[in-house]
Amino acid sequence: MEKNELIDMYRQMVLIRKFEDSAGEMYKRGKIGGFLHLYIGQEAVAVGFISAIRPDDYVIGAYREHGQALARGMEPGRVMAELFGKRTGVSKGKGGSMHMFDVEKHFMGGHGIVGGGMPLAAGMGFAINYRETDQVVICFFGDGAVNEGAFHESLNIASLWRLPVIYVCENNLYGMGTAFERVSSIPQAFRRAQCYDMEVESVDGMDVLAVREAADRAVRLTRRDRTPRFIEAITYRYRGHSMADPGAYRTKEEIREWEQRDPIPKYRHYLIDQHIATEQELNDIDSEIDKIVEDAVQFAEESPEPAPEELFEDVYA
Amino acid sequence: MAVMMYRQALNQALREEMRRDPNVFVIGEEVALYQGAYRVTEGLLQEFGEKRVVDTPISEEAIAGIGTGSAMVGLRPVVEMMTINFAILAMDQIVNHAAKLRYMSGGQLKIPMVIRAPQGAGMQLGAQHSQNLESWFMHVPGLKVIAASTPYDAKGLLKSAIRDDNPVIFLEHELLYTMKGEVPEEEYTIPIGKADIKREGKDVTIITYLRMLSVALSAANALSAEGIDAEVIDLRSLRPLDIDTLTESLRKTHRAVVVEEDWPTCGAGAEVMARLQETAFDYFDSPIYRVTLEDVPMPYSKNLEKSAIPDEAKIINAVHCAMGQRCQLPIRRPTEEIMQVEAKEEEEVEEQEEISRQ
Repeated sequence: MEKNELIDMYRQMVLIRKFEDSAGEMYKRGKIGGFLHLYIGQEAVAVGFISAIRPDDYVIGAYREHGQALARGMEPGRVMAELFGKRTGVSKGKGGSMHMFDVEKHFMGGHGIVGGGMPLAAGMGFAINYRETDQVVICFFGDGAVNEGAFHESLNIASLWRLPVIYVCENNLYGMGTAFERVSSIPQAFRRAQCYDMEVESVDGMDVLAVREAADRAVRLTRRDRTPRFIEAITYRYRGHSMADPGAYRTKEEIREWEQRDPIPKYRHYLIDQHIATEQELNDIDSEIDKIVEDAVQFAEESPEPAPEELFEDVYA
Repeated sequence: MAVMMYRQALNQALREEMRRDPNVFVIGEEVALYQGAYRVTEGLLQEFGEKRVVDTPISEEAIAGIGTGSAMVGLRPVVEMMTINFAILAMDQIVNHAAKLRYMSGGQLKIPMVIRAPQGAGMQLGAQHSQNLESWFMHVPGLKVIAASTPYDAKGLLKSAIRDDNPVIFLEHELLYTMKGEVPEEEYTIPIGKADIKREGKDVTIITYLRMLSVALSAANALSAEGIDAEVIDLRSLRPLDIDTLTESLRKTHRAVVVEEDWPTCGAGAEVMARLQETAFDYFDSPIYRVTLEDVPMPYSKNLEKSAIPDEAKIINAVHCAMGQRCQLPIRRPTEEIMQVEAKEEEEVEEQEEISRQ
């Protein structure tokens, strides 16, 4: 990979981290309502995958999708404005945290029902084959989705019809407060997918280079062979399921242990050790991101609320 | 005009729209090789090939989701649910996704998808295969709900539904597929959202849709022998509801009966009546009466099934009520309330017996 691209992956991860830190802060200040599912800890997964695809490929996520939206190049100010419920938000303030959309950037949401994006991803893959183009779809979902019917119906059809969809299970070990091993007869998500006769893989989701390598391979093969793939990225969210979650089901030791594997400092050391970037360069990026996030908050803060008559707009086409 | 069956009219609509727009495709269980469980998609595989006529596994949630996902990126799926009962398995995709994607995305997406499904009772298929679920879908903003009651309407409405940029639930009826009617050779569409006056009259308005239309029309003929001139309005579109046409009719007749094959509680008729009391209250000379499916899961036995479904006699009786004539009040309480009342009566009888013993 080019130096610029490697550094850009760092920039993306730091943007997500700082953006989410700020969103958590704004939630505490009452600027953001509803549920807020932060992506902190999982940055390497979104950045590793989304940096590996083309602008005309599609991305679809679940409800912990701010990180994916930012990695897809959506404007931080407009994503923050959406969290604030403002008119300038990516979904005009009608979606909120769980429903970020940017159709121009082929970011197809933001879906709040566990597993619900998986059939939609299959549908987009179907449309790609229908039009005989060589795009791919990346579909992100959590370990909780593995036990939904939609998971199994979608993977069966994706495999049967050779749909160009890369299903990415972000296994952060907990579906809300329930450990995956407590609810899955087979505690590895990729093994649940394996019976649908598709290529599966498990990757360290705390290592952005490992994720990127898996993503490059998956994208290349999916584009070439028109077959779906399933990749389980083992990762960890440092915050609760949502801001309302005190996280009593995890030990401090466990969280501390995973913090040792934080994808951002780890990658930062790598870039410096490999002489890809100097500490100063990375510090400059950090400050640049601070400014971007600050501006995003200011933009959201200063943006107008939706007008009352917008309540009735966009129900029907 | 050619005379054809309802299912053939639907088939023609599909063919014409698939020829007209290469983005239109048909997907569902048994739609291709088997030629359709009710033969609506007969011959489409032969004409359009397996790319555009797609057999699926029995995976209703995924079928609806694949339709929705393909519509998100510009295709125009016509999804067949083998019956509406199976659409219950797809409700998450229909209600949580298809109906909401446009709104949640702030108007960025449109979902030009039709979900066709037969519903209805009358073939001794038992409780799980005889339901009428229009009100489930009517309840949801973002969906349109169509019910076609004749071959002519079936073709014209399906063509409009396919050209519509919103998710449309297109309800058919299992007993209508072999109904014959005149269908023009030339191109036509029927606008969504317009009710159709199928029989003009001046004394009472019978509001109905789907298979109950033909039952209502024969009731109207029988009533005319008694000197009652009934207007029969076919809703055609359940959401949006053409309340203006209904209000206009009430202005003329001052009396109405709603005939529907679904259950009474929160049914389509309940919505029609609620809307009319807002728009036409001043015209009423009588309460509006409802003839609905009895408030029970559908029994298998032929005689029980028959007595659960609205028929001509029930409609005539309800019209008599609306006309202020002698009638058996057709108002049915929900079953659980009837049970409560019966239990209370029993209790009272026992109490009386107790007292008389003392």
